[in-house]
Amino acid sequence: MITFQKYVKAETLEEAYTLNQVKNNKIVGGMLWLRLGTPTYNTVIDISGLGLNLIEEDDEQYKIGAMVSLRELETNKSLNDYTDNAIQNALKDVIGVQFRNLATIGGSIWGRFGFSDVLTVFLALDTYVELYKGGIVSLAEFSKMKYDRDILLHIIVKKKPCKCVYDSVRIQRTDFPVLTCAASIIDDEYKIVIGARSGKALLYGDEKGMLSGGITTENAAAFAGELSKCVPTSTNNRGSAAYRSRLVNVLTERNLLKLGGLM
Amino acid sequence: MDITLTLNGKKISDQIDPDLTLFDFLRNHNCYSVKCGCETSNCGLCTVFFDDTPVLSCSVLAIRANGHSITTLEGLQDEAGEFVGFIADQGADQCGFCNPGFVMNTIALLRENPDPTDDEIRQFLSGNLCRCSGYEGQLRGIRAFLNSRKNK
Amino acid sequence: MEHKDYKAINKSVRKKDAMQLLLGKPVYTKDVVPDNALVVKLLRSPHANAIVNTIDTKVAKLVPGVVDIFTWEDVPNNRFTNAGQTYPEASPYDRLIIDRHVHCVGDVVAIVAAENEKAANKALKLIKVTYDVLEAVLDFRTAKDNEILVHPEDNWVAPCEVGGTNKRNLVASEQSEYGDVDGVLADCDIVIDRTYHTKAFNQAMMETFRTYTSYDRYGRLHVISSTQIVFHVRRILSHALGIPKNMIRVEKPRIGGGFGAKQTAVSEVYPAFVTMKTGRPAMIVFTREESQIAGSPRHEMEVRVKLGANKDGKIRVLDLYTLSNSGAYGEHGPTTVGLSGHKSIPMYTGSLEAHRFNYDVVYTNTMAAGAYRGYGATQGIFALETTVNELAETLGMDPTVIREKNMLKEGMLMPAYYNEIASACALDKCLAHCKEMFDWDSKYPVRDMGNGKVRCAGIGMAMQGSCISNLDVGSATVKLNDDGTYTLMIGAADMGTGCDTILAQMVAECMDCSVDDVTVFGADTDASPYDSGSYASSTTYITGKAVEKACIDLKKRMCSIAAGLMECNEDEVIFEDGILRRINTDQSVTISEVGVKSQLNNDIVPQASASHCSPVSPPPYMVGMVEIELDKLTGEVTILDFMSVVDCGIPINPALARIQAEGGIVQGIGHTLFENITYDSKGRPIESSLMQYRLPTRLDMGNLKVEFEHSFEPTGPFGAKSIGEIVINTPAPALAHAIYRATGVWHRELPITPEKIALGK
Repeated sequence: MITFQKYVKAETLEEAYTLNQVKNNKIVGGMLWLRLGTPTYNTVIDISGLGLNLIEEDDEQYKIGAMVSLRELETNKSLNDYTDNAIQNALKDVIGVQFRNLATIGGSIWGRFGFSDVLTVFLALDTYVELYKGGIVSLAEFSKMKYDRDILLHIIVKKKPCKCVYDSVRIQRTDFPVLTCAASIIDDEYKIVIGARSGKALLYGDEKGMLSGGITTENAAAFAGELSKCVPTSTNNRGSAAYRSRLVNVLTERNLLKLGGLM
Repeated sequence: MDITLTLNGKKISDQIDPDLTLFDFLRNHNCYSVKCGCETSNCGLCTVFFDDTPVLSCSVLAIRANGHSITTLEGLQDEAGEFVGFIADQGADQCGFCNPGFVMNTIALLRENPDPTDDEIRQFLSGNLCRCSGYEGQLRGIRAFLNSRKNK
Repeated sequence: MEHKDYKAINKSVRKKDAMQLLLGKPVYTKDVVPDNALVVKLLRSPHANAIVNTIDTKVAKLVPGVVDIFTWEDVPNNRFTNAGQTYPEASPYDRLIIDRHVHCVGDVVAIVAAENEKAANKALKLIKVTYDVLEAVLDFRTAKDNEILVHPEDNWVAPCEVGGTNKRNLVASEQSEYGDVDGVLADCDIVIDRTYHTKAFNQAMMETFRTYTSYDRYGRLHVISSTQIVFHVRRILSHALGIPKNMIRVEKPRIGGGFGAKQTAVSEVYPAFVTMKTGRPAMIVFTREESQIAGSPRHEMEVRVKLGANKDGKIRVLDLYTLSNSGAYGEHGPTTVGLSGHKSIPMYTGSLEAHRFNYDVVYTNTMAAGAYRGYGATQGIFALETTVNELAETLGMDPTVIREKNMLKEGMLMPAYYNEIASACALDKCLAHCKEMFDWDSKYPVRDMGNGKVRCAGIGMAMQGSCISNLDVGSATVKLNDDGTYTLMIGAADMGTGCDTILAQMVAECMDCSVDDVTVFGADTDASPYDSGSYASSTTYITGKAVEKACIDLKKRMCSIAAGLMECNEDEVIFEDGILRRINTDQSVTISEVGVKSQLNNDIVPQASASHCSPVSPPPYMVGMVEIELDKLTGEVTILDFMSVVDCGIPINPALARIQAEGGIVQGIGHTLFENITYDSKGRPIESSLMQYRLPTRLDMGNLKVEFEHSFEPTGPFGAKSIGEIVINTPAPALAHAIYRATGVWHRELPITPEKIALGK
């Protein structure tokens, strides 16, 4: 259980930002990690009153506020139609409905957690994050950035002709995944994302053009085989590096086959 | 800190520590139906409605409820009473410790989806752990309730 | 088999407390106690084996709200066991309230008592301890005769001779043999010799361990605890604290699950000690982490099975050796291990010529094990049933057919089960019934579903006991109230299982009244008649029989009172259809009239008590079958259907019996597929939360179907045997079998995770 002296519900982004520059202050999102560990903070900064709880959609993009819950994403029809339900598939096994009503996309993306289903699926889309000071950067870039004291405001998903699929392996259905894999074709460009390796999700493309000309049973297998050799995997208590590398192969091949309408 | 909220339909005010959880706040206000089973946001025992949304009260700061409406099973006795007899008929209440969270989330499910399939029930309630019943009796009870509602 | 038309027995009535529980009423320990209690928190050792060198509580005691802090220097030096067992306990006296020598990670180093939780937690952080860290014994295979002793102390005591000695890290050890095992083995066409490994699975009941203590108005220690064993807790506290038993009262409110965890006094001694020292009410609530790392889980076991058979599938000889890991303390160590052989081998009584069962139970510097539903039988049955399945697959025989050939049948003498006779055994009917219900013949063959997925099936059989024979004592007091209703007082503990209701059904059957007319009170050492407690599957069978006896006595008493009312001889009065009738006349009096009369000018107490103990422990039997879909590429197992048929004699309450079975099956599924207990290299438990120790959700279990085959147990109440424990035993062998069918690999270590399946190891 965390302990802290002071709680401030920020009224402006600037107020939240300024408070967040102070050592030992902390922005909270969905607060699902509230009871993990026993850290002590001076001030906890609540950004739930800053209008960051909307999913805005226009012809160009979805603009998702950092405080939008995972459950709202999971049940958003437009977003799921656009992603062939990949978002729903990625989120539906995260603990439970009550958990997903609290967990925010901002918290998930900001955390850049190694086990994240959320990061995996959004990396497979044409996704950007909007930071209060840092402006708009691609999610792929953001995922590699160091933790700083900026504030994540929005997740932006560009609307482009898109097909997307998602799969994961879990030892138990609502557990952290042993491996996650999302794959998409956006503007004829392939994105393959592997997460829970056990490090954070990594985005791969079809640099060698192995899949150009369309997915076939053969090139899907070949691509997956190659990818499983280059995705770095490691061992933790949910799986060994060897098993994870095997899953990279299996899930990538299956996802490509699904993308190609072959499975 | 000062907090004012609607708890089970009644407006209440209190002074609280900023790091008090909603779970502790509710137990301090005699809502003993709210139970803690895990401390890691995994078990669903502490489920309450934040406005009308089912959430884990162990993972919400009490102060976040300021200006909102919180409902616990104490405030839903009639709505719960309509259906829990069907769970009792199955004997699926068992030790009962997970029941309030399970009942709350089932009410949330049925408000959102009045005629769920078995798979939809399992999916919606997957965050409600029960170590006694093996879940199947809970499902039979919900199904029996839905059938009786249809036949009315 | 006796067929009788019961009025209250074999009926699915609601649990008496169901609506209270379902509507969230405040009925559990933490709900019913005053909130002015001191908060008790424990500082726990981060080391698996160490001596506390210095411990400095000065700064911690200065935290506002901290009332006192206790260390090894403050506690009595008499060793005791927390095991909830009949005195003299089989478990060794190896504990101190706080031991300077810590024996596992999580062992208690200091007890903090504070006005509130924040202060207590702050104090925990401020206690300064230095340890002399010692090398630890973490692998139970190396424990016996290891030069590192887990309990080197000189005041270690074993109250019963069970073959243990702390100087060899041995909690218990025994050898037993029937027939010429080596001779028969040498004569067999086929011998399968396999070793299995099961883990220290956690009960993970939803309500963690918790206890409240205060001094009552007579200056006695009043304990309100979430426990299955009020009377044993009283004795354990008396022993540990050095105060007389009559100065302690233990009661339990509703319990949020136990499954055996609360058959050990895990949490009681700490607040009791605080109340003794401070005079103030005290309460401890274990965190989930504490429950996970310092609870009382299943004994990790390694079971070696040697099975000798003929080519025609006749199983002629079984030789089991079990190595059991009791962890840092010996609670239930000497007893659980016995069931791994005594409750597995007898299933093949039909053909066995000889059997041997040897075991060792060892200490290690890991968390102490205890009692968990199944109590050793679960481990032994996984090993034996998997070996039998392997025999069937090796011989190319259908595994149901091989069991039909060898299994125990009603009326057989069981040399491997204390020479008891299987007086009620429908195991063969369970198998036939399950086979048909499950459609075994179509589901057993492996079916390729494409994309690397296959479907197939597996089977396991099980037995258990219905009590500890010649040992468990159950008692009941039944009294007539002046409104013609009854109150049943018991010392058994309903932990959600429904025993209050089941025993009330028995009263209703005996007294010819409605179940609603029976009030149940329990359990409280001041008011309840003595009962060993709710464990060993004994409550229905043992306490139930006591209820039956008490009712017979009460009826006699009521007849006497009625005789007074009707001015006749007592032997002219009969109790019939809920009324007291004078034979050969039209005269009768109602139960209420007798109740009223009992309070007016009366010297016959309308109350009766009875105790019961059984010379036998009739096994219930079960067959479980599972159909899975297995993804050969990822190793994922999806359970489609788990079907089972149980013979628990006559089920007193079929709905509750069915829920017991379903709940046990799902726990068994969890242990088989993903629940795990592992340690890092320093002996620190990894699965210390429900985030890491994954319980099955309703998405992990497939569809369950449970049906019953009735047998009639002549020594049980209304023909009943037990149901509570056996139900956890079939998932492991059935799933391991199905996984073999899909992959060709026998997995002999639990859990069988997707990784092990995919990588074939």
